[in-house]
Amino acid sequence: MSLPETTSAAAGRGEDPFADAEVVLDVQNLVKHFPLTQGIVFQRRVGAVQAVDDVSFQLRRGETLGIVGESGCGKSTLAKLLMRLEDPDAGAVSFRGEDFLAAKGEHLRRLRRKIQIIFQDPYTSLNPRMSVGDIIAEPFSLHPEEKPAQGVRNRVKELLALVGLNPDHINRYPHQFSGGQRQRIGIARGLALNPDVIICDEPVSALDVSVQAQVMNLLDDLQQQLGLSYIFIAHDLSVVRHIADRVGVMYLGRLAELGTEEEIYREPSHPYTQALLSAVPVPDPTLRGQREQIVLAGDPPNPADPPSGCRFRTRCWKATDICTTQEPQLVSRPGVSQLSACHHAAPDWEVEGAPDDARRNDDSA
Amino acid sequence: MTNSSTAEPLLEVRDLQVEFRTKAGTAQAVNGLNVTLHAGETLAILGESGSGKSVTAQAIMGILDMPPGHIAGGEIRYRGEDLLQMPDERRRRLRGMNISMIFQDALSSLNPVLPVGWQIGEMFRVHRGVKRREARQKAVEMMERVGIPAAEKRAGDFPHQFSGGMRQRIMIAMAIALDPDVLIADEPTTALDVTVQAQVMRLLKQLQEEFNMGLILITHDLGVVADVADKIAVMYAGRVMEASDVYSIYSSAAHPYTRGLLASIPRVDGADERLDAIPGLPPALTDMPPGCPFSPRCAFATDRCRTERPELREIAAGHTAACHYAEDFITAEEDQHEPA
Ligand SMILES: Nc1ncnc2c1ncn2[C@@H]1O[C@H](COP(=O)(O)OP(=O)(O)OP(=O)(O)O)[C@@H](O)[C@H]1O
Ligand SMILES: Nc1ncnc2c1ncn2[C@@H]1O[C@H](COP(=O)(O)OP(=O)(O)OP(=O)(O)O)[C@@H](O)[C@H]1O
Ligand code: SF4
Ligand code: SF4
Ligand SMILES: [Mg+2]
Ligand SMILES: [Mg+2]
Repeated sequence: MSLPETTSAAAGRGEDPFADAEVVLDVQNLVKHFPLTQGIVFQRRVGAVQAVDDVSFQLRRGETLGIVGESGCGKSTLAKLLMRLEDPDAGAVSFRGEDFLAAKGEHLRRLRRKIQIIFQDPYTSLNPRMSVGDIIAEPFSLHPEEKPAQGVRNRVKELLALVGLNPDHINRYPHQFSGGQRQRIGIARGLALNPDVIICDEPVSALDVSVQAQVMNLLDDLQQQLGLSYIFIAHDLSVVRHIADRVGVMYLGRLAELGTEEEIYREPSHPYTQALLSAVPVPDPTLRGQREQIVLAGDPPNPADPPSGCRFRTRCWKATDICTTQEPQLVSRPGVSQLSACHHAAPDWEVEGAPDDARRNDDSA
Repeated sequence: MTNSSTAEPLLEVRDLQVEFRTKAGTAQAVNGLNVTLHAGETLAILGESGSGKSVTAQAIMGILDMPPGHIAGGEIRYRGEDLLQMPDERRRRLRGMNISMIFQDALSSLNPVLPVGWQIGEMFRVHRGVKRREARQKAVEMMERVGIPAAEKRAGDFPHQFSGGMRQRIMIAMAIALDPDVLIADEPTTALDVTVQAQVMRLLKQLQEEFNMGLILITHDLGVVADVADKIAVMYAGRVMEASDVYSIYSSAAHPYTRGLLASIPRVDGADERLDAIPGLPPALTDMPPGCPFSPRCAFATDRCRTERPELREIAAGHTAACHYAEDFITAEEDQHEPA
């Protein structure tokens, strides 16, 4: 049912400095549905939230893949699947050629070390009763074989310095640190076991802008120094543009578009990406009224009951009959350099203005 | 934008001081705040977390937590009359009728066990003495006005049955029900997705124009400000650091804090340059530095900055800044080199 084009999940044809880098994470057709049940004694399955549905991509060494999309589109579920905090219903994940989903016991433990996660909320993700030193050293007690030769305490101090915190504060508790500093503590813990991949789930969303910039710069520096690969999840498109090399746009559990940062932000081809980008306010009042906003009508559909065909069709100004009957696959499309899951994909919207017909839905009522 | 500065302002806040007495000491949450709002005008109050934005809004609305809060000084004039000197009864009547407010989190500000139509209708029953049937009718009208589809049918639904964006619309319906002339919106779209945020901001602007309201928009988002505000006050540690029309802030910010903020935000239409983060953190309100509150983080701080507090003063027509060297920063920009 898909077009006879390539179905490769690698990046599109745009400029991609990481094209030849080693693939560290290869994700194929990942699916996670959460059953919805009804009834108190006899739970009947009445449907399922399609939190992640047929998601494929590759992450290369040293690269940052940004994942953007609105609340509930499945970003955190994807992160949890990649951490094996949730088990997928279908699909494959391999880490540097090894099957991550099949791994068990010692093998799994060894692979897990290499993929770490940083969470959104620096206020709740740290145990308030543990000192910062103990928090950062915790991974070593889970993985004693990784105990650093120079001693745990010295390594923790080294990590504190690496993330820009004062090593002398090793005995302090989380409440004695600000939000940005707590996020640094989370990053230091994530780095303890020398991972290859760090999954960042909204790592700066809870921070003030001035502090957010500090943490983003830190992530940048660490990537340069340590050759890390990041999956950077955020709903803030400006933040993702800044940090990502490639970007995947999610809508209701599926990837709508996947390409280099340039492709996605300069020549978005999927109507949803175009609408998202047009809605982001730009900090420049002289552009007021110049940037055409595509204001989407209505609310996102119920994730347990997505529309047939293309999930975006109920809000899409370009929808035609085929959009109702055929689910568009994430493939390369004529005239589009990135991968796009839209039957009518076209890079026909620019920052300056949307096409006229885009405003058919221009009624927020 | 009918903001002739000669017309009588709707709202004038003069030297507002709000303190919280806590165990750690007295926190000066708002410390000498001045802002003016005219009919039809949108004033953005921008600042980072804890800078005193919500406390300012609560003081204007008269819903400050007292104690521990305490208004230590200043005036809040509504059409020339000081709200702080007004009898409680009269102030209560103004609230909702003339000055109303929208909060960030619609779900926790709406009553979860009452139908939304009833909650909107209550505005008419309580303030206008309207009968139940008519109040319901008015509620449905308001729901239609803020763009809730099938309003007649949905008036009986409860808040949790609506999406975040729809709930925020319901809050807006309640806030404008009585045709107020000052509307304070405290981070009205922060909890919403960008496409929904765009819808809600557009609705707020439309309603403002229609009713010629004065709108105070509280936000930390420099993008939203650029989109909708006529003028802006930038707060830091309870004080206004800089205020001007919206264009001047973005083209010629004078205060090092404002300039730092602008340099630290990534832009959706921008390049990948390294962000110029502002080092350090805002001061604790219980332990403010003696001079300029920004001095511990300011790259240009001098001994004078560390001892003498800069007052907010006019540095160009309609442009004020609280920095000893504000003029130098603007001139330096014109000369294309850094200030000494
Ligand atoms: N454990 C669960 N059981 C049932 N449904 C779930 C569960 N976890 C997530 N969901 C649903 O799956 C969908 C995707 O959720 P997810 O948390 O991945 O979204 P998200 O993109 O991270 O959103 P946000 O931006 O709000 O964090 C949502 O509809 C959510 O309600
Ligand atoms: N009820 C209260 N009791 C004690 N302190 C308070 C109270 N309300 C506010 N404060 C303090 O006043 C200061 C200003 O708070 P305010 O809520 O105005 O910040 P804000 O600028 O709205 O921040 P945010 O962006 O996080 O909403 C903060 O330091 C806060 O801790
Ligand atoms: S496939 Fe059809 S409905 Fe979906 S985004 Fe493309 S044009 Fe719109
Ligand atoms: S007064 Fe001094 S410390 Fe304060 S902002 Fe101006 S230059 Fe910086
Ligand atoms: Mg999430
Ligand atoms: Mg607030």
